[in-house]
Amino acid sequence: MSYFIQVVVDGLSNGAIYAAIALAIVLVYRATGLINFAQGGMAVTATFVAYALTQAGVPVLLALVAAVVLGFALGALLERGVMRHFEGGDPDTAVVATIALLVVLSGLSAFFFGYEPHPFPSLFPNRTIGVLGVFVSLRSIGTITVLIVVMVALQLLFRSTKLGLAMRAVADNPQSSALSGLPVSRLLMIGWGLAAALGAIAGVLVAPQLFISPGMLDFVLVYALASAILGGLDSPVGAVVAAAFIGVVENLAGAYLDFIGDDLKIAVPFIAVIVILVVRPQGLFGRKVTVRV
Amino acid sequence: MSLLELEDVTASYGHAQVLHGISFSLPENGATGLLGANGAGKTTTLRAISGTVRTTGRILFEGRDISGLGPDRTAHLGIAHVPEGRGTIGQLSVRENLLVGAYQRRDRKQIATDVDYVLDLFPNLQERVKSNAAALSGGEQQMLAVARAFMAKPRVILLDEASLGLAPSTARRVYDAIVRLRHEAQVSMVVVEQNANLAFSVVDDATVLETGRVALHGSRDELMGMDAVRRAYLGG
Repeated sequence: MSYFIQVVVDGLSNGAIYAAIALAIVLVYRATGLINFAQGGMAVTATFVAYALTQAGVPVLLALVAAVVLGFALGALLERGVMRHFEGGDPDTAVVATIALLVVLSGLSAFFFGYEPHPFPSLFPNRTIGVLGVFVSLRSIGTITVLIVVMVALQLLFRSTKLGLAMRAVADNPQSSALSGLPVSRLLMIGWGLAAALGAIAGVLVAPQLFISPGMLDFVLVYALASAILGGLDSPVGAVVAAAFIGVVENLAGAYLDFIGDDLKIAVPFIAVIVILVVRPQGLFGRKVTVRV
Repeated sequence: MSLLELEDVTASYGHAQVLHGISFSLPENGATGLLGANGAGKTTTLRAISGTVRTTGRILFEGRDISGLGPDRTAHLGIAHVPEGRGTIGQLSVRENLLVGAYQRRDRKQIATDVDYVLDLFPNLQERVKSNAAALSGGEQQMLAVARAFMAKPRVILLDEASLGLAPSTARRVYDAIVRLRHEAQVSMVVVEQNANLAFSVVDDATVLETGRVALHGSRDELMGMDAVRRAYLGG
């Protein structure tokens, strides 16, 4: 029994990593109506900023704050300098532009820091506590705590603030929003800035476990996209629940289904995701989109 | 002084020029109509005013030239454009759509009062206040679009084909509310409408457009008395 719980707890730790990036994907989707593939690239770039600062002797927490601020600026700058040219056009073109940004950002990180992974200092003490025979690291507990705080904050932002309402309106219908006097470009800029800032938090949370490298989030991005979509794409709570689900199912499959083992275990949660989406196309927490004409 | 005055306004989409020098004016607390066949330039004239199409010529609002200002700026000045095809924000609830309309306002108490007012004006919306706009019927969406424009507390509402695709009785109800709005809230209006009977229930005068030019201007009674206008727009 305690082995089972251990497997679940380890799965939740993995899920927390997916959830961190999934939340940023949900944020940018809510704020711009796009799935942003550059999310991973922005997060890694901001995390490298934090890495460079810690190398220079800056404490991790301070480096995180700096990365969040610079991340916000980077996101806003990318919207202003690149994405704005694609607004009002075909959304598919804009999504391809985000893929291009991902490649460019990864390339820049590699140019400055190389491809080999570097150790990254943790925000939390590097200790493990045992409760009733189950071991869990303080790092996982800390990561999950921060994520829950971020999730609640996002939910409040979108549900209960004027800025959140305006961002949702602009993402849904920029033309009508502009006619109601919403500053569409500025709101999109804020949306990208917030997503990149959140990416910085996510990157700093997961870098100690993954080791920092330009490709650090490549495979995480796939899980994060799956989590965001399974969660309903516009729901922060949905993304976190889905990420936890994927992390746990993946770990359980690896541990209990002998013929699957470590190499194939990543397929299991994706098969589960497909089955769920067939039954419930709007995702676990997504709002069913009904359109009458 | 006129509230709104267009002087020799032209507009183009890319290389296609759609307006070839339109002039008309709207007095304070007035309501004027734009009539004409499909492609006459009615919608483009409204877009020129709200700043969503490139123009030349002068567009004066409260004496100030607003040509070249984008839609968020003209909205800020007090121009509320209800676009053709309703233009509600589909994934937002009825109430949220109304609050988006009031985005530029800071008077929270008055906003709440105005929400109650439009829900009284459109009782259908009262029942659907928590529904997504996309789930409303066509008539309800049109009501919501008008209500959202009103929530901005504009000086003038630009109304584009509010009857489009609606059953006659529904269109009548929408226009009854618009007439009430005009008089109770003292908001001026530019009304684009294919159905001149509906338009004439709101406006004092109207301009008839033909292929991007002004063909005719007159008071409601003058226009309704003309055989040509009756045949073209009033169904006989």
